[in-house]
Amino acid sequence: MKPYGYSALTEPFVARMRASSQMEGASLSVWDHTLRLARSSNLIGRLATDAQDQGWLDSVPPQVRQHLVAAARLVAHQQQAIEWECRHLEVALKHLTIPVVLLKGAAYSMSKRHAAHGRLFGDIDLLVPRESLNAVEAALMLHGWSVGAIDPYDQRYYRQWMHELPPMSHIKRGTVVDVHHNILPLSARVVVDAPALIANAVPVQGTMFRVLAPPDMVIHSAVHLFHEGQLRNGLRDLFDLDALLSEFAETEAQFWPGLILRAQELRLSWPLALAMRYACEVLGTPVPPEIAAAALRSAGIGRASLAGFDAMYLRALTPDHASTRSLAVDLARASLFVRSHALRMPLRLLSYHLGRKLLLRLFKHTSRSAP
Amino acid sequence: MQTVDSVSQDLWRALLNRGELGIHTGPLLARVRTSLPDVAQYLSVVYRHHPFTIDPEFSDFHIEVRTPKNLRRWLRPQVEFLIDGDSPFEPLPRDQAPALLEWGLNWSIAASCHQWLTIHAASLERNGLAVILPAPPGSGKSTLCAALAVRGWRLLSDELTLIDPESLSAHALARPINLKNASIDLIKRFEPSAAWGPMAFDTIKGRVTHMCPPKSSVQQMRDTAAPRWIVFPTYKPGAEPLLTPRSKLPTFTHFAENAFNYSILGELGFDTVGRLIDRCDCYDFVYSRLEDALEVFQWLAETLSESAEG
Repeated sequence: MKPYGYSALTEPFVARMRASSQMEGASLSVWDHTLRLARSSNLIGRLATDAQDQGWLDSVPPQVRQHLVAAARLVAHQQQAIEWECRHLEVALKHLTIPVVLLKGAAYSMSKRHAAHGRLFGDIDLLVPRESLNAVEAALMLHGWSVGAIDPYDQRYYRQWMHELPPMSHIKRGTVVDVHHNILPLSARVVVDAPALIANAVPVQGTMFRVLAPPDMVIHSAVHLFHEGQLRNGLRDLFDLDALLSEFAETEAQFWPGLILRAQELRLSWPLALAMRYACEVLGTPVPPEIAAAALRSAGIGRASLAGFDAMYLRALTPDHASTRSLAVDLARASLFVRSHALRMPLRLLSYHLGRKLLLRLFKHTSRSAP
Repeated sequence: MQTVDSVSQDLWRALLNRGELGIHTGPLLARVRTSLPDVAQYLSVVYRHHPFTIDPEFSDFHIEVRTPKNLRRWLRPQVEFLIDGDSPFEPLPRDQAPALLEWGLNWSIAASCHQWLTIHAASLERNGLAVILPAPPGSGKSTLCAALAVRGWRLLSDELTLIDPESLSAHALARPINLKNASIDLIKRFEPSAAWGPMAFDTIKGRVTHMCPPKSSVQQMRDTAAPRWIVFPTYKPGAEPLLTPRSKLPTFTHFAENAFNYSILGELGFDTVGRLIDRCDCYDFVYSRLEDALEVFQWLAETLSESAEG
């Protein structure tokens, strides 16, 4: 049976992304649609890398090939840039002798996970012990990173309520690093035991960095996806989860039961349960059915609330793109935006924060120039 | 393929309204959607020579220019650029819609076309050979480019030079030439017959408009050209024309700084710039009068064909 509300337009796209080798004989109009969705859902790098690795790059129409070649070059550059940036971070942070954990894209890339395959990156995310936050910020500033001009409200918003410093960008390279001391905001309902995540992190060979242990890496990826308000990269994040789950199921002993126990320990069972559900439903990730059911049980998600989640997420996980936009998708996105903020902070704080944002948006009239 | 003259203004507007107009510009096809009458009018003037396809099967870019739907539209009307339904930059004042379309398309090419080395430079062709004019804003690059384009040099591109890393050949876009402030009046006096888009005032760049590219440049836009000269122009009021050879090493760094995706191409970018500099004569050029500049470029083209014959 088709999952409820799953967009008729997106389904063929997801199917094409899952079995991209079958794109070989596709018509130009199918390519037109696929490239646009792949670009707007940040999956074009993955498509291009598939084309290269599976050897069908040269058999697609020339105008399509151009876009895939361009995307493959961007992927190669970004993978290299991540390594280069990590080396600079190492120089800046080495003397602190504290554990520095890479998160998300940088972690997948440096620890050579399948999830890094063709992935396009944003900023580098780090997790450090909260008590070392000032030392880390000072060390980064000494080596050229800075928070830049930021108004006092935002400054206070980050420092008082968030789980990260304001983004720090490098004065010369323009690269951005996000320094976290937790994976969820301090104002959230669940305060995550960050020291436990750091204590379990595993070293990346040949570097000073660590990455989260396999179950924690999956749980963090799930937390990120389901606490994220805009789901801009929703489908990309789901592909991350699919790759992590599939890889660890092969390489880690007792992976599935361990994963469920760990999520219980961290009180993060619900994002894990939803991650498994939607990776399964949308991408066909081979999660054993009894494990998926156990995850839902331990998260306390019953049949009724699951239907509610399905209505929101199956729609909202469609790629953010004009041709897939409908009122239902917009509504699902809007309810997620409110939900994600409600998960991050109490209602009074939330309404103050959103009200201020809205006012600023109305009266802001600076315009940025196109290059 | 059709051009704007082969359809009525009503159909032209309807096609843009429905987002079914695919405009060919060199090797690229941009599908444009807009319901703004001034943008439709602008396109029908400055893209009058460009071939278009109705509802193309495949387009390189799907772009749109529209007024944002928010409270601001009654206070201070604005216009925004969208690519694939996504808005990569902040809206601009309403009267800058045509300019925003051009800047947006430039941005789209520079942000995604890594099949080529994309350089912030003008380029023109003569006898199959290309001259590349990289330069920061204010150096008189576009003015010089416009003057050459209406005096026998074929316009490849005014803002973006696209180099194929394998063959090193330069692709043409033959898009409108963006001119600012005093340059506008200068070129209008220099070539009274040229066609122009509407003027936008008070942009961050000052007064801005676009000149329609010559018909012959558009008709030949699918022909590539072999880069032969790299000239860094500087406009200096009252100066006598001065063409000075540059040594290749400093030219390399200066040139690479003008390439948008030099670092993205990595080793390939380094190698491409290296081979390009190797095969080109490199010069600095200071000038104040367009007539002088035309003579100097004429000399460049002629001495080369003589030395090739000798």
